[in-house]
Amino acid sequence: MEPGEIHALLGENGAGKSTLMNVLYGLYQPDEGEILVDGEPLKLRGPSDAISAGIGMVHQHFMLVPVFTVTENIMLGAEKVRGGISGFLDRRRARREVVEVSERYGLRVDPDAVIEDLPVGIQQRVEIVKALTRDVDLLILDEPTAVLTPQETEELLTVMRSLKAAGKSIVFITHKLGEVKAIADRITVIRRGKTVGTASPEASRDELAALMVGRNVRLTVEKATAKPGKAVLEVAGLVVDDDRQIRAVDGIDLTVHAGEVLGVAGVQGNGQTELIEAIMGLRPTLAGSVTLDGERVDGWSTKRVLRAGVGYVPEDRSVDGLVKEFSVAENLVLDIYDRPPFAGGLALKPQAIATSAKERIEQFDVRTSSASMPVGTLSGGNQQKVIVARELSRPLKLLIAAQPTRGVDVGSIEFIHSQVIHERDIGTAVLVVSSELDEVLGLADRVAVMYRGRIIGIVGPDTPREEIGLLMAGITPEAAADRAEARPATDDDVPTSEEEA
Amino acid sequence: MSTMAVPDVAVAAVDEGFWTRSRKVGLVLVALGLLGALLFGALATDQQARFTLSEDAAGTALEINGTFGAILFGAIALAAGAALLAGLPKRWFLPVLAVGLVAFVLSFLCWQVSAAPAGQNFMPLVNIIRGTFILALPLIFGALAGVLCERSGVVNVAIEGQLLMGAFSGALFGSISGNVWVGLVAAAIGGAFISLLLAVFSIRYLVDQTVMGIVLNLLAVGVTGFLYERLMQTNAERYNSAPRFSNWEIPLLKDIPVLGPALFRSNIFLYLGLLLVLVIHIGLFRTRWGLRTRSVGEHPIAADTLGVRVLRLRYRNVLLAGVVAGIGGASYTLALYSFTKNMIGGKGFIALAALIFGRWNPTGALLAALFFGFADQLATYLGAINSVIPSQFLAMLPYLATILAVAGLVGRVRAPAADGKPYVKG
Repeated sequence: MEPGEIHALLGENGAGKSTLMNVLYGLYQPDEGEILVDGEPLKLRGPSDAISAGIGMVHQHFMLVPVFTVTENIMLGAEKVRGGISGFLDRRRARREVVEVSERYGLRVDPDAVIEDLPVGIQQRVEIVKALTRDVDLLILDEPTAVLTPQETEELLTVMRSLKAAGKSIVFITHKLGEVKAIADRITVIRRGKTVGTASPEASRDELAALMVGRNVRLTVEKATAKPGKAVLEVAGLVVDDDRQIRAVDGIDLTVHAGEVLGVAGVQGNGQTELIEAIMGLRPTLAGSVTLDGERVDGWSTKRVLRAGVGYVPEDRSVDGLVKEFSVAENLVLDIYDRPPFAGGLALKPQAIATSAKERIEQFDVRTSSASMPVGTLSGGNQQKVIVARELSRPLKLLIAAQPTRGVDVGSIEFIHSQVIHERDIGTAVLVVSSELDEVLGLADRVAVMYRGRIIGIVGPDTPREEIGLLMAGITPEAAADRAEARPATDDDVPTSEEEA
Repeated sequence: MSTMAVPDVAVAAVDEGFWTRSRKVGLVLVALGLLGALLFGALATDQQARFTLSEDAAGTALEINGTFGAILFGAIALAAGAALLAGLPKRWFLPVLAVGLVAFVLSFLCWQVSAAPAGQNFMPLVNIIRGTFILALPLIFGALAGVLCERSGVVNVAIEGQLLMGAFSGALFGSISGNVWVGLVAAAIGGAFISLLLAVFSIRYLVDQTVMGIVLNLLAVGVTGFLYERLMQTNAERYNSAPRFSNWEIPLLKDIPVLGPALFRSNIFLYLGLLLVLVIHIGLFRTRWGLRTRSVGEHPIAADTLGVRVLRLRYRNVLLAGVVAGIGGASYTLALYSFTKNMIGGKGFIALAALIFGRWNPTGALLAALFFGFADQLATYLGAINSVIPSQFLAMLPYLATILAVAGLVGRVRAPAADGKPYVKG
C-alpha cells in the first residue's frame, strides 16, 4: 500500500478477503507470515494495536451499539475523560471532536442521534468518522456498498476520493466490479485465500471476473422473452407489521403472472421481508388479501401454502432455509419428509431419501463429499443450491425467491439464475426479491420498487439504474415513474445489467 | 450528486388504535378506584383513621374519617384512571399513574385502619417506612449485583447464592474474629467466591449462564447448610454469634420529621445500600467504566474492535457483583439475626424481579425493591391489627404486581442485548 492510494481487494464470497483484513485489524491471529508497516514487521495482539498503528476498519456488519448515541459510539474505547484517573466522561469534548472531524471530511452526522434510529447509509458514515477520529492512515472498508442505494454508494465513493486527497490510504473490499473500476488505483484479486493477480482499473470487467472465478463467466442472465399467462399470485391492499409492531407493509397491490419474473427491488428493510413472510403465512396479515390461483390463502398455515404449490427460497438460509446440523439429504426433504415415497406410516424411509438426494445433488451440481454431510459444512453457494434443489423438486405454481444469491459465489449465482429462468420458462410465476439491483434487473421481466412498505413504482427492467435508484430512495416517484413508462420496453433488449456511468 | 439529500427515515408512526398502553392502564385504575370508593368505602367504619408521625399511637397524626377517606382516595384513583383513559400526553403517564396507585393504597389503608379493633386505629408511619427499607435492603443489594452482572452481559441468577454465602461467611468470620469489619470483608469475599465460580464457568467454559446460576444457588444452600449443622451448631457461642453494627445517627438528617427517625438512625448497611445505588448509577452512565460496561452488554464485538477487553471487563463486573451481594447478605447476620439454614429464603429471586421491574437501572431497581419491601411490611402490619384479609393473600400481592408490571405496566422491558450470550472471538 502506498499513502493516498485506494487499493481494491476483489474476490468472490468466501475467497478470504474479510479474513485477511480481520488479521490486519488484529481480530484474528495469523498462523504464518508477517505484516510490514513502513518496512517494519508489525505484531498485532488485538484491535487496539492495530488502531495505534494507524489502521482503521469499517466492518461489513457495522460495529455500532444500537442504543448508544453517535458520540458514545465514536468515543467508546478512546474515551475523553475529565481529570484523568476519575474516569468521568467528558461528553462535551467528545462531541466537539465528532463535529470537527465530520466537518473536516464533509461527513455530516448528528452527534446526538441514537444509532438505531439512523438509516444504514448514515450509520456507515458514523463508522468512517469513528475510524477518522482515531487518526488512521489506513482505512479498511469491508463490503461497504452491500447495504447502500446507488445514490448512497455514489456519495461513499465521493467520500473515499476526498479521504484519498487528504492522504489516507484505503483498502476497499468488494465483489462488485463496477465500483472497483470507478475508484480503485490498484486491484488485487484473491481466490481461495491466494492472490491470483493484480490488475489496473483499466482492465475490462470480463478480465476481472475471470480472474475472480478462475474461468469465464457470463455476467448477464440470458433469457428469452417472457410469455406471461394468467395471474397466479394476486396481492391486494396488504398490510403487515414487523416484529416491533411497526407498519412494514402498508397497502401493497401486486400481481405475478404465470411464466414471468416479477422482481422486487429496494433497499433492505423497506418491507420486502415482511411482504414475503406474509404471503408465506409466516407473519399475520392485518388487512388485504393474498390470492393464489383464485383462492384466498391469507390466514393459511405455511405448510398449507407450500403444499398448494409455492416454492420458497428464504432470504437468510442459515435461519430459515436449512437445518445446519442435518445432512444434505435430510435438508433436501424437509418439506415433504412426511409424504411417500420418503415416509411410510410413522417411519422415514432413509433409502428413498438417500437415492433422491443423490439424484438431486447431481442435477443441481451441489458440491459435497457425500449426501450425509451436515449441510452447515458446505460453502454458502452450495447450501443455497440445496435449498433451490429442494424447492424446485416439487411441481410449482409460484416460486418466491428472496435474496436468492446472497453470499453466494459467482459460479453458483450463474447456476441459480439459470434455474430460476428455467422455472419461469416452464410456466411458473416467479417473485424475486433482492437488494442487489443487478440481480433484479437481470432476472426480472417487470421490476417493482419498494419504499417504506409501498410499491412506489413498477418499471421495465431496461429502466436506467439512476431512475430505479431514485425510486429506491423514495425520491419523486411520479416523475421517475412517468419517465420510465414513457420509455417503450423493447422486449429483446435484455439489459446488460451493469451499464451505469 | 454527492450532496444529494438522503431523506430522513423516520420510524413510521405507530398506529396502536384506541387501546394504547396508557388507556389500558387507565382502565385498570378506574376499576381500582371504583373498588376503593365503593367496596372499601362501604367496609370502612366511621372511626378516625390516624397515621401517626411517630413509632406509636402518640404524637401528631394525620387523621381522616375512615369512610370519607376511603371514598375520597378511591375517587382520586378513579379520576387518575379517567384522565389516562381520556388520553393524556405521554409525559404525564408516569406521574398520573403514581398518583392513582398511591391513592388506591391510601383508600385501602383508610378502610383497614378505621376497621381495626378499638385502640388500634392508627398506623405508625415511622415504623412502616423503617420496616420497608429494612425488608428492601437485601433486595437492593441483590438487584445492584444483578445490574453489575447483566449490564455487562452475564445473566446473574445466582444472587440468592451470593447473598446466602455473604450472610454465612459474615457470621462465621465475624464470630471467630469478634470484629464486625472482619465479618464484612469476609462476607464480601464469600459473595465474590460464588461470583468467581459463575464467571469462570460462564465466561471461560461457556456453560449456560442461567443453569449455572441455579446450580450455584443450590451449591450455596448445600455448603452453608452443611457447615451450619456440622460447625456452627456444635458451638454457636464461638461460630455463630457475630458482633453487630450499631446504629449510627447522622447529624442534622436524623432530625427530619418522620424520615429522620425512620432512616437516619440506622446501621451502616442502609447507608451503604443507598450510596451504592447512587455510585453505580453515576458510574454506569457518566464514566468510562460504565460506557464500556454497557457496550459489552449490548454489542461485545463492537467493543472488542475498539480495543475494549470484553472478557476482562465481564470478569471484573461479575466479581464486583459478588462483593455487593455478599455485603447485602451480611446486612442480615452482622446487623439483625444469627445465621440460620437457608435464611435468605428466596429474596435473591425477588431481587432478580426487582432488577427486571427496574429495567436494569440502579434507581429503578431501588424503587422496585422498596415497592416489594412496602408490600412485605404492610402484610406484617395488617397481621398485627388483625385485619380481615389473610396475610398470605397480601404476601402474594407483590408478585402478582410484578407479573402485571413486567407484562405491560412499565412498558416493553428490554434487557441488554447481549445479556446471557457468551462472547467467543471470531
